[in-house]
Order: sequence, then C-alpha cells, then structure tokens
Amino acid sequence: MVDVQFRFREDDAVNDPAVTVDAFGEQSNATAVRIEPGDDARDLLPFLDRLRLIEVNFPAWTDGRGYSSARVLREAGYEGELRAVGDVVIDMLGHLRRCGFDSLAPQHPLNPDDADAAFSRWDDVYQAAADSIGAGGRQPIWAKRHG
Amino acid sequence: MYKYDQYDQAMVDTRVAEFRDQVRRRLDGSLTEEQFRPLRLQNGLYLQLHAYMLRVAVPYGTLNSAQMTMLGDIADKYDRGYGHFTTRQNIQYNWIKLEDTPDILADLATVEMHAIQTSGNCIRNISSDQYAGAAADEVVDPRPYAELLRQWSSFHPEFLTLPRKFKIAVIASETDRAAMRLHDIGIKLVKNASGELGAQFYAGGGMGRTPMIGPMIREFLPLDQMITYSEACLRVYNRYGRRDNKYKARIKILVHELGKEEYTRQVEEEFQHLLSQGIEPPLAELERIKQYFVDPAFETGLSDDLDLSDPDFRLWVERNCHAHKQAGYIIATVSLKPVGGIPGDASADQIRLMAQIAKDYSFDELRVTHAQNIVFPHVRKADLYALWQKLDEAGLSTANLDTVGDIIACPGLDYCSLANARSIPVAQKISERFGTREKQAEIGELKLKISGCINACGHHHAGHIGILGVDKKGVENYQLLLGGSEGADTSLGTITGPGFDEDGIVDAVEKATEVYLANRQGEERFLDTYRRIGMAPFKEALYG
Repeated sequence: MVDVQFRFREDDAVNDPAVTVDAFGEQSNATAVRIEPGDDARDLLPFLDRLRLIEVNFPAWTDGRGYSSARVLREAGYEGELRAVGDVVIDMLGHLRRCGFDSLAPQHPLNPDDADAAFSRWDDVYQAAADSIGAGGRQPIWAKRHG
Repeated sequence: MYKYDQYDQAMVDTRVAEFRDQVRRRLDGSLTEEQFRPLRLQNGLYLQLHAYMLRVAVPYGTLNSAQMTMLGDIADKYDRGYGHFTTRQNIQYNWIKLEDTPDILADLATVEMHAIQTSGNCIRNISSDQYAGAAADEVVDPRPYAELLRQWSSFHPEFLTLPRKFKIAVIASETDRAAMRLHDIGIKLVKNASGELGAQFYAGGGMGRTPMIGPMIREFLPLDQMITYSEACLRVYNRYGRRDNKYKARIKILVHELGKEEYTRQVEEEFQHLLSQGIEPPLAELERIKQYFVDPAFETGLSDDLDLSDPDFRLWVERNCHAHKQAGYIIATVSLKPVGGIPGDASADQIRLMAQIAKDYSFDELRVTHAQNIVFPHVRKADLYALWQKLDEAGLSTANLDTVGDIIACPGLDYCSLANARSIPVAQKISERFGTREKQAEIGELKLKISGCINACGHHHAGHIGILGVDKKGVENYQLLLGGSEGADTSLGTITGPGFDEDGIVDAVEKATEVYLANRQGEERFLDTYRRIGMAPFKEALYG
C-alpha cells in the first residue's frame, strides 16, 4: 500500500483495506472502498454512514472523473476520509482539495516545497465547490463581492 | 467593457506565477515533456512544427485599445512582428520561445489579459457575437453572460481534465454570428411569452471529424440558474463522456450515443440536485458585470448621411459595414484577408494602428470575429471616411467581407503538427483567382472555409463552400464540400466527390461559382441556389 503523504484531518488515519465497489456490495462489513474512474460514486450513497474511507483512484492524472466522484460524495454528506490515490501530481493538489479530498497518497512522493506552494497558491476562487459546503466554508469571489 | 477588480487581477497574476513555476520545473527536469504538455496546453502553449505557439484569450472577442496595443507589442518583442487572429476570436503567435512565455503572460496581465484555458481538455474561451452591444437585432448584450461564464469556468476544479476540449458560445439574436449550434454548449438569450429574459441551451454541437448540429436541450432557463445548469451539463459529460478514444471524446458523441432525450434527462436530474448546493452566483453579480457593458456615450440627433462619392470608399461601406442600433453610427469591419494574404494575419504595426483607430473613432473598443477579422463596433458615420482612409494607407481596406475572398483558413501544414495538407497557399491562390472586385461583387456573399485536416479548425463543414485537405498516399489532396452554413440556418456541407490537387481545387471552386451564376434566380446567394438546385448540376460541372 502506498503511504499517505498529505492528510488534512484530525482523526486517526484509516488503514482498513479498501475493497472494490463490486466487492463492497457483497461485503456488508467493509468500511473502506476504492472507486475507479468508471465506477458510479452514487452507488455508494446508501452506505455512507458505515464508510470511514473512500479512496478515489487516478490511474492517469489527466482523467478527471475522480473530481466529480469526490464532489458527488461530499454533496451527499459524506464526512469520512476521502483519499486521492494513484497518479497524483503537484498541479492537481489545489483542485483535489477543492473537490473535497482530505487525504492524498501519490504513487510517487511529491517534492514537499512544491506541494506547499501548490496548496497555498490561490487566495481566492471563482466558483463554489466542495470546499464551500457548510458553515465556515470557503466563500467564492462572487460571494465576497456581494457579502 | 469589463474591467478587472482586485480579485480578477489577483487570479490572473496568480496564474502567471503558477505557470512560471511550471516552466521552471520543466526546465530543471522535474517535469518531463509528457507531464508538462497538459499543463502548458491549459495556458495555450502548443509545440508546433517549428516553434512554440501561444494562443492568447480574447474573451468573447472584445478588446480595448490598450489591450490591442499590447498584442502588437508582444508580436514585436517575442515573435516575428505579426500575430494571427483565430476562428475562436483569439490571437496566436507562431514563433514563441518557452523561456519567454512567463514574461509574455506577465505583460498580458498588465492589461487584464491572459492565455488561461485557450487549449487543453477544459472549458475554453467563451465566444460570442462580434456585434454584441452594437447590433440592431439583439434582445440583450450577450457579453455579461459570457463574462459570468468566463469566471465560473476559469480554474473550475472539477472540469480541468475533461474527456476533451469544451467550447461554449453565447448569443442573443436570431441571426447567429457565432456558429452557436456548432459548439459543445450553445446558449441563446431569449425572451419568453411573458417578456422575461432567459437562456436557451443547446448541447452536443461541434465540427471536427464527426460534425454535429447541437440539439436544443432546454427551451428556457431563468437567468439565475445558468451557472447551475452549465455545471450539470459539464458534470454529466465529465462522468460519462468517452475517454477510450480521443476522436469520440467530445460531448457531441455522448449526446449522440445517449440520445438527446437521455442526455437531457441526466442533466435535468443533476441540475435538480445541484440547485440545493448553492453554487449559483446571485443576480447582483450579473448586475455588477452588466454595469461594465452599458452603452458608450452615443451622441444623439446625428445624421445618417454618408458621402459615398469616392467609389472605393463606397464599395468598402457596402461590403464591410453593418447597421448599428444607434442612429448616426455604423459597425465597420476590417478584413484581414487581402488578396494573396494569409487569412487572419496582421503585422504589429497594423495591430497598433487598429488600436489607435479604435481609440479615436470607436469608443476605445474592438472585436475579433470568428471569421478572423477585426470590428470597430461604434463608429460615427461622420468619421467613417477618415477612418477608412487610415485603413487604406495601412493596407487594411480590403472590401470583401463575406465574399469568396473573405476566406477562413486554419494554419495548416505550414505551422500545425496535426495538419495533413497546407491551407494557406490554397487560400492565397483562391483569393488571387477571385481577386478582382468586379468578380467578387458579381458573386456576392459566399463563405469559403478551408481546413488542413479532419479536425476542422477552418470550419470547412460550415462553409457555403468548404475545402478539406487530406493526405492521399503522401500527396496533398483537397476535398470540396458544398452547402454548409453556420448562421441561424445551420447546415453541414456535403462532399462533392473525389478530391483535387492544389491547382485543381482552385479550378473546382471557380467551376462551382460558374454553376451558381448560371442558375441564380433573383437575389439568391450561392447557398440559396445550391439548396434549390441540389448537388447534381455542380457534380456534372466538376466531374462530368
């Protein structure tokens, strides 16, 4: 298993082995699942209460389906760990965070200085996303203009 | 026109810093070319046959004179003294050095410009009607809506790695001057029966190797749901658009394979869900943007008279000018298609001159058209002759708008690494063949469009006459298409038959115009005659 390099949660790391979406349907005691790009994240919505970890795999960083999976899960109220795994690169980091990922396990560890720069790059954002959900969520520029 | 506030400026400045960092990582080897490629593409930087090409965004085709001047200065400072205006209302520089690009972006940022998302598999620059805010036939100026969409789509975290590129156009008149239904999403602002303004959505149009005319998926959407609905359209596409074959990855294939009804059903379902997510900017934001697009201070009570005693001026007015909504004003278009020239090219000096003319005569505004020309949207008729004389001195007074000389052409094999054939020499030969004004006047409106490969950047499917360059066993070969249109009567051209060599295609175009002239009834345009008499007489003349 690849190590989590960045984690933005206070709770203890979840180390349960993640099963496939298909296997998850058959194993009613599994608490961790891995979504592949072709999986429908909405299949998991009835089970969010018992899930502690959802891994979203990016086999290639240029395949952006995982961003939509993440937002679908956060919009449905999932509050457990949401971990991006696979081909996670520097230039995705800010976008992954905005779509609700709070744990990142790049297949090849990233340069920590470049990663820090990427996480703190944007002071403001043009649109609401998963990071805007709930009280204390990030306000997009249009909200600040009319706040 | 729109002005950045501190937020907009910070976004663009941050992007410059981000791209500078990406170039640093490329140059120090932390990024391979393969890893860097998608990143540079999202900043409009292509690696062409001979050098890097940088595509600079001109949002909805609108520019002020300071921006236009900067485009001229960049051509001098970083390129070979010219720029190329594109069918996406943008400008490209063909001889750029990678190391210079962060500085070019920094220069652009000083005049509120950028190259954000002018390429790559993301939402591209939003295009619109080049006569927006000036045309007599629009229900509203579409540009504030395009600006709202520009901000929403810029750095949208969910939609930066889509299956394929994604183009949006916004129009607001029955006469479609932006080829709206040939976009991934086309938005037409309309009034409903009770006079309320709303947005009509079309999805799944496009050119490329599988041209499709986008079907309407929403007849009327309240204005305060536009962003939410767009987000739903994009999410369904991002999740289900094909990624197994890049030639089947555009949204048009998804809409076609699912069927319009099923795609629409999925979008509506996602839309209903997203309505509860609070992602729509308030109408106050639209109102804020609209303030930047109020009419300039037009003088009232001006005469509509024009002294047309100079025959050259008269011809140019008849061909290149368009009715303005305000009495005493006119819309003037500069054709960047001189006889034998490269369609869309302008020298740095010409670009700066057009900037100065806009400042002196057009309330500081210019537009880039998808037909690769430049518009002065608000000219007092009393100033028109003086304006024309300045253009004439600079070689910019070609009077051929919408005629066979006003050719749209992609860069073709002279620059592009995707092309199968050259486009520019064919455009040059055709414009020379039809170079006399008598000949152009006799033929009248004839939209001719040339693509150097099946990707259709030259919009050949939508030309009254279209030309497609292909590679036939190592030799450049050109197919002829007839009957395409991009207007309110959008249609796709049909291939006449076997292709021609470079000189043969020029002859073939001439033969097609002869068939038209022999069969024309009354005021018919080429397209009207073709639609009435069909393909057979043309085939007979070409191959009989």
